[in-house]
Amino acid sequence: MTREEIVEKVNSLLSEEFEVEAEAFTPEANVKETLSLDSLSLVDLVAIIQQTYKIKIPVSDLREIKTFNNLYDYIESHLPA
Amino acid sequence: MEKRVVITGMGIWSCLGKTLDEVRDSLYTGKSGIVFSQERKDAGFRSALCAHIEHPDLKPFISRNLRQFMPEEAQYAYMATRSALEHARLDQDYIDSHEVGIIYGNDSVAEATMQALDKFRDFKDTSACGSGAIFQSMNSTVTMNLACLFKLRGISLTASAACASGSQAIGLGALLIRNGLQDCIVCGGAQEANMYSVAAFDGIQSFSVREDEPTKASRPFDRNRDGLVPGGGAATVILESYEHAVKRGAPILAEIISWGFSSNGDHISTPNVAGPARSLELCLSNSGIKAEDIGYINAHATSTRIGDSREALAIAEIFGETKVPVTSTKSQTGHEMWMAGASEIIYSTLMMKNGFIAGNINFENPDEDTACINILPETREIHFDTFLSNSFGFGGTNSTIIVKNL
Repeated sequence: MTREEIVEKVNSLLSEEFEVEAEAFTPEANVKETLSLDSLSLVDLVAIIQQTYKIKIPVSDLREIKTFNNLYDYIESHLPA
Repeated sequence: MEKRVVITGMGIWSCLGKTLDEVRDSLYTGKSGIVFSQERKDAGFRSALCAHIEHPDLKPFISRNLRQFMPEEAQYAYMATRSALEHARLDQDYIDSHEVGIIYGNDSVAEATMQALDKFRDFKDTSACGSGAIFQSMNSTVTMNLACLFKLRGISLTASAACASGSQAIGLGALLIRNGLQDCIVCGGAQEANMYSVAAFDGIQSFSVREDEPTKASRPFDRNRDGLVPGGGAATVILESYEHAVKRGAPILAEIISWGFSSNGDHISTPNVAGPARSLELCLSNSGIKAEDIGYINAHATSTRIGDSREALAIAEIFGETKVPVTSTKSQTGHEMWMAGASEIIYSTLMMKNGFIAGNINFENPDEDTACINILPETREIHFDTFLSNSFGFGGTNSTIIVKNL
């Protein structure tokens, strides 16, 4: 899976799930702020990544994911072989 | 001193309509809300009959993050409660500055629980359940969601009393207001309408299998009845003390003059006559009026052989020679279960306010037990000022409410 495919898929999933236009997902935009995530709805982000890519994001790693670029990076580097 | 309890607003999301006017017209014309569901047949249901309930779109009203907490039945209840509050002219400013409570009937969260646990098992990770699962999969989900969405700060309680849940919720609400503990309470009942909520119910062969004639399947009291048809939706009534309603200039629709209740203390699914009769008796005795003052009985009758017979005998025992008109609106709606006790107060109040009794559709011939009461098969324009509504449930829980026109 290429980086472009990940970006396109993630943006489409998040746009539908969190009801935010994908145009707002610029690489450096803050994920939590852009998606209006609070401590509860953050769980939905974890769940949707897990369900789509079979990647579990531990809480410690989640704290490091600030921007959309961080999220794409995380998925790209943790994709099952 | 005991306070009088009045209904000042009603709202409903039902197979008969989503506004009071729609529902009134459906009742009057004898419309059936029952359909055949291919989805249920394909899934393995013995009976694929059910009421057709439209799914509301809450996007214009509630943000995505808050909607995550709401299963289907809470969505129905939200729409019903929005309408009821508007009908009662209770706006958010008023609610924000006064203590308004909520007591709602609900007794299952099957689909939400199943979906969350399926995800947990598939991914072997509790996070997979999602943010809303815990709030969606509690019996109090309707109450907790509505209390948060409408900023209600009084009593917050869920009545889980099987098919008497909605009625018990209204009875409890009326009791708290009568005793002066609350001035205003949102009461009602909600019922999930997805197939998972009733799969096990279908499994015990309680449903009608008249699949070739869906609109004729629900036929309470009729000799050829062969089981109930599951329904769903939500119904909300706004209860207030009479003084509170007058003080704020609210529209006063009717008065809840009495609540009666009982438990059969008997079989878990087979009702008896004595339990329901005691509920009727207590309600009449608490009301201070006589049996002959009741102008209409909205029966619990669900279209099951034993249930309808036992209720008919209980009514006959209490009402004797008084041939009060009786119908079951479940002939049109199917069995709305946790919602039924609340929706049937609304159906009956609409009839009372509009001078008619909706016919018990599909009632063609009585059996030897149902012949002892006066069942109206067709809609009649009749003026009445007081009605009695029965709701009975699994485990033998019984609830009866008497409402008077104002």
